[in-house]
Order: sequence, then C-alpha cells, then structure tokens
Amino acid sequence: MTTDTKTPEGAPPEGAPPRMSAPPSQKRRSWTGLWFVLPFTAVYALFLVWPTLLGLYYSFTDKSLTGRPVEWIGLDNWAETLGDERAWDALWNTAVFTLYSTPPLVILAIVLALLVNRARRMGWFLRMAFFAPFVIPVSVVTMIWIWMYQPDGGLINHYLQMLGFQSAETPTLWLQDEGRAMWSVVVTTVWWTIGFNFLLFLAALQTIPKDVYEASSIDGAGSWRQLRHITLPLLKRTTALVIVLQLIASLRIFDQMYLMTAGGPNRATEVAIHYIYIAGFEGYRIGYASALSYVLFVLILIVSIVQFRLFSRKED
Amino acid sequence: MTNNPSPPPGLLSRRTLLSGATLAAGAGLSGCGSLTDSLSGKTQVRQWNLLAGADGAVMTQMHDQFAAEHPDIELQATTFGWGTPFYTRLVMGASGGNAADIATIHVSRLQSLSPDTLLSPIEIDEIVEAGLDPEDFPADVWDKCFYEDKLYCIPIDTHALVNYYNRTICEQAGVLAPDRTLLETHGVEEYLDLLRAVKDVTGEYGTSLDTFAGWRQFWAWYRQQDGEWIFHEDDFELDDDKALAAIEPMYRMAEEGLCPTISDGGQTAANFENGAAGLVQVGNWEIVRFRAFNEAQGFDFSMTEIPDFYGNRRTQGDSHAYVLPYHNSWNPDVRKATIEYAAWMLRHSFDWGAGGGHTPAYLPVTESEEYQSLEPNAEYSGVVENVQFDPEVWFAGSAARIYDEVGAVLQQVYALAMTPEEALALIKERAHALLALPNPVD
Repeated sequence: MTTDTKTPEGAPPEGAPPRMSAPPSQKRRSWTGLWFVLPFTAVYALFLVWPTLLGLYYSFTDKSLTGRPVEWIGLDNWAETLGDERAWDALWNTAVFTLYSTPPLVILAIVLALLVNRARRMGWFLRMAFFAPFVIPVSVVTMIWIWMYQPDGGLINHYLQMLGFQSAETPTLWLQDEGRAMWSVVVTTVWWTIGFNFLLFLAALQTIPKDVYEASSIDGAGSWRQLRHITLPLLKRTTALVIVLQLIASLRIFDQMYLMTAGGPNRATEVAIHYIYIAGFEGYRIGYASALSYVLFVLILIVSIVQFRLFSRKED
Repeated sequence: MTNNPSPPPGLLSRRTLLSGATLAAGAGLSGCGSLTDSLSGKTQVRQWNLLAGADGAVMTQMHDQFAAEHPDIELQATTFGWGTPFYTRLVMGASGGNAADIATIHVSRLQSLSPDTLLSPIEIDEIVEAGLDPEDFPADVWDKCFYEDKLYCIPIDTHALVNYYNRTICEQAGVLAPDRTLLETHGVEEYLDLLRAVKDVTGEYGTSLDTFAGWRQFWAWYRQQDGEWIFHEDDFELDDDKALAAIEPMYRMAEEGLCPTISDGGQTAANFENGAAGLVQVGNWEIVRFRAFNEAQGFDFSMTEIPDFYGNRRTQGDSHAYVLPYHNSWNPDVRKATIEYAAWMLRHSFDWGAGGGHTPAYLPVTESEEYQSLEPNAEYSGVVENVQFDPEVWFAGSAARIYDEVGAVLQQVYALAMTPEEALALIKERAHALLALPNPVD
C-alpha cells in the first residue's frame, strides 16, 4: 500500500533549500542504510540462498545423513527421479490437491469478502470470524479436524447420524477412505487458510470508489451487473495475485497431509514434499531428496510463470 | 504530524555504535553455553527421549529423583514425538556432532542409525566403573547392543504387545478362570470364540486393537509359526503361507465385527476404557493410562500375554536402550556424568517396570523378590522369553520404514478394503521397493 503525503498548499517551501544541498550527504546516508538491511540479508543468505545452492550441489552427489564420505555421482539422482513411480504419484497427488483446493479458496474468498463488505453492523464480527482460523497453528487445526472426522463418535458423523443421513452401523470414513481422504484435507485447508485470501479481497474491495457504483446505478445497472462489470473487473489484479499465491501455497502442501493422513490410506494422499521428507530424513538420502526438491521447484516455477503470463496478457 | 528534518547523522558515531552493538551481541551469544555452565558449577547432561506416551511421565519422575540425589549434575531431558520425528532429530543432531549426550532408542533400530558414524561406542570399562556388569543383562538383549563387535547400547527394558482384559466384562462373558485370570486359549478358533462371547456382552467389539499398527500383530503371529523374514542383497525370503496365516485372522476379526475396522492409538485405548471392547491388544506401556482411568472412575482390568494362535505365545516387542550420539569432542566430565546417569536409571528401573509396565533389562531388579511379586507384571512376565525382535535389515525396527509400510497395508485389511492375498502381494512389492534403495548404512 502506498501513502500519499501532500504538502498543504500555501506552505512555505521551506524544504526546498536544504534539499539543494542534500545530495552529497544523501549519498553517504545510503551506505548507512545498508547496515539496516544487513541483518536480514545475512540471515537470508545463510538460511535460504546458501542451502539452495548447496542443495543443487548435493543433488549431484550421494550425500547421506549418516555422514559417510560424499561422492560425485553426476546425473544419477536426476535420472532416478524421472523413473521413480512413487515420486510421480506424489507429484500427481500434489497436483490433485492444488486443483481441488485452489478454486474454493479463491471463489469462496471473493464471496465472503463481498458479504463482509456489504454487512454494516456485523462487519467486524464476520471479519474476525473468517480470519480467525488463519492464526491457529497447523497442529491445532489438524487435531481439531481429526477429532471431527473420527468415524466413531466424531462430530461430523454424529450430526449426520442425528439428521438421519447416515446409519450408525456404517459410519462414513473421512480420512481413512482412499476416495475421501483428499477431499477431507481440502475442506480443512479451506477452512483454515481462506481468511488470508479473504482479507486481500476485502482490502481491494474497499479501495473501489463509491462513485463508480453511484454512477452505474443512475444509469440503471442492477447489483448483478455492477458485480459482473464493475466489482470483478476492478478486482482483477488482486485475483491474479491471490491465484498465484494460492497455487504456490497448495503446491507446497505438506503439513496437513503429514499430520492428518500421514500420506495414507495406501499412499492416496502422499504429496511431493512428504515423499521428499521420506527420501531425505527416513531414507537418509539427502542427495536424492535434493534432486526431488529441485524437480518440484522447477514445476512450481513453470506454473507461476505461465500464470503470470496469462494474467499480464489479459491486462494489456 | 510535522516532519522535523533530522540533523545530519553523526556518521562515525552511529557506525561505531552499531558495530559495537553487533560485537556485544555476538559475544553474548557465543558465551551463552559456557556462561551458564560456569555459573551453576554443574555438569550438564542433555538427554533426548522418545517417550511421548504415558511412560514418559514415569521417566520424568525418575529424573526428578535423580536430580535430587545429584546436585552436581544438571540433567536436561527433552521428549520428542515418538517414532520418525524423534529418530529424524537424533540422526540430524548426531550427523552434525551436536546431538544430546545420551538418547533413548529401540534396540531394533541400532543398525539403522549407522552406529559407526552417528553413535559413540561405549567401553565396557566405563560401565563397569559406573557399577554395571555385562552379566547384569539378559544375554539375547545384550547381544543386540553390539554392532561390529563394539558396544553401542545400554538396554533399559523389554516391552511387548500384550493383551489387557476388562474383568467385569470378561466375567459376564464367562471367559475368566476361577482365579479371575483370562482363560487360556489355543489356536485361532478358540480365541475367536472367546471374542464372540465378549462381543455378546459389550454389544460392540470383542477386542480393541490399533488398526494402524498392524505390523505388531503380523510379526507376532508370523513368528508364532517360526516364520522367518531374511533379507539378502536384492531379494528376501518370506514364507507366503505363514504370512497369510498371520494376516487372515485380522480380516476375519474385522469382518465379523470382533475388532474395529478403523481405530488409531487413542481410539484403541478409549474403546477398552469405555467398554466398547472387553479386551485390548496394545503394548504394556498403556498400563499407565489404564491405571489412571482406574483411579479416576474404577476400572477392573488385568493383563496377560497375547493369545496362542499357532502353538505358542510369542509376541512382537523391542527394548529401549541408551545410546551416546556422536560428539565432535567429549568433555570427560560430561561423559562420566552421562554414564553415571544411565547406570543410576538402571539401578532404579524397578520404578520403570512398576510404573511403565516395561520389564526392566537390569537383572538385579527383575530378579528381586519385590519385582517378582509385582502385579500385574508377574502375570505377563513370560513376554521376556517370548518377545520377538523385528527382522534384521536397515529399514526394520520400531517405527522404521517396513513397520510403517506393512502397517499401512494391513490397515487396509482391517478396513476390509483389501483381502489378505492382495495385502501380502502389496507387502512384498513394498519390501522389494525398500530393498532396491541404496543401503545408507552399508
């Protein structure tokens, strides 16, 4: 967000003379600024840039967690990645999760933002209610939902049985059924993370000037037309941003899967990062896990670039 | 707000200030460890354990007593999530040479922890000096503590899959002997009949069990038939008929509703506590939980060995043991205090057995009269002879990969989503996949 500071009209141009003499000292001052970014840059370089480069190097070696001597093995890890069926299944599961989770997380967020934007008295409450889940740590979220999904005595099955949608004899399996586990995690994820997208949309909605709506309503536009031809087009930039952020977040799915299904049942929800974790930390193969990570990294990069292209073209 | 033009910055002074602050911060950070050490004047021993279950509370109590008796040693114990989360941290810490001074592991995991690079061998002299004797441990467990002729583990206990029974329910079902112990059964059919009688009383299940930890039942019933699972370089020997015979009872029990089709650790214990099942097949460590339940609202239960399906009562189990993770350099004082801590814990492991339900490995404790008359431990004391350790290969052992992989497949059997034949085929496929991985500890 930008803030415009305007010098009140008629104010004496006091600031002008010092500015004339400022440049030399400003130049020196810019060096001082470096000290302020140094802590961040150092941490960034140490914990992000360096491991990223090291990971690339490891992907060409048989580096093991056990501390055995490291050998350069060229492209072996990369070749193994291409032929590793389990890795591709995991990538496919990641893609499925992304496909299932992104649309509701974008569309529902717009709907909720529109709702809150209209609400007058309850606005603060809805805003808090929709955003609140986002601040809960993942371990707590998953624990609550695992309880709700329990086949025997879980909250969801309890109410389904009370309403007569389900018989107590054959409780629905949510996290333990190959067909439903993925959807169950998607529902949890939507509940948990929608607040962030919602907030971005709400902020964008509040920047749309009121007079546009006034003008259009004078011209006889109903609320539906206003939504389609004013609100949504004006939200386009935010939508593009939210979709990119959401795709990246969904492609990086790990926590919820690891905690809720542990990749099960029968690997139906084993996602890419989980497999990288298994290869690296359970199998001790840091080299191979690095190669797998780079494959995922490149895929996310491609998706992001394609998406940016798609949207920037539309904007032209 | 008015924008006060700030005076031109005193460049030098600020820079001096900044670098001074950085230096001070750096000095503070690096000085941290030694500073606390020298201030307290105590030898610090850092311990990592995986006892996130009910037995962890017993260990914490023992630690309090240890601390009270050793004012010169500062024990810092950290509990991590059981299984993979713990082992991952242990391996990563040890590979950097900065893990704890002492850690608990499962003896069956020793090989998978790459002892020659990640663990520190223990000299017999060291433990003798601390008052222990190799003769003080059961020979078969003691032998498992060695890797390439070097001692790496000090065994703490033996623990196993056992059978708990609710006396009130079992009495009504007529499956208790006159002395109020569970009737002994022989063969699968007799035991299923017993479960049917119990199911009639509970109206829900006969027995409760963890359908996510099927490896334990599989290995127990496979080993009851003398089944072997031997791993070679790129193939393994598994007896298909015996493996099927070990899996089939799971399917039959689930199909008939004698056990739940889906039940995780928490649910498994809860089923037993709330009377949905009259028996529960879990590890002896759950005794802490059931005792607490008894104290809270009265719960008449006891425990025995797992049922004889194929001619004996062999069961799956393991031993907890102390290891010393690899250190870049050992402080002799710390090392001595560490061994002293381990020896003290063993000498006091009566509490570990009485409280945690584990059978202490330290023979002077288990052979004591006090321990021999301890109930219900005496009722399942036979597990020590009957306990079966996991196969010997780098991906086997408690919470290791084959345990996870086989468990995930057998979960499908309990859920009736897979027949025993399909499950066996998949287990073999997964085992082959594991075998095809490069051996990291070779």
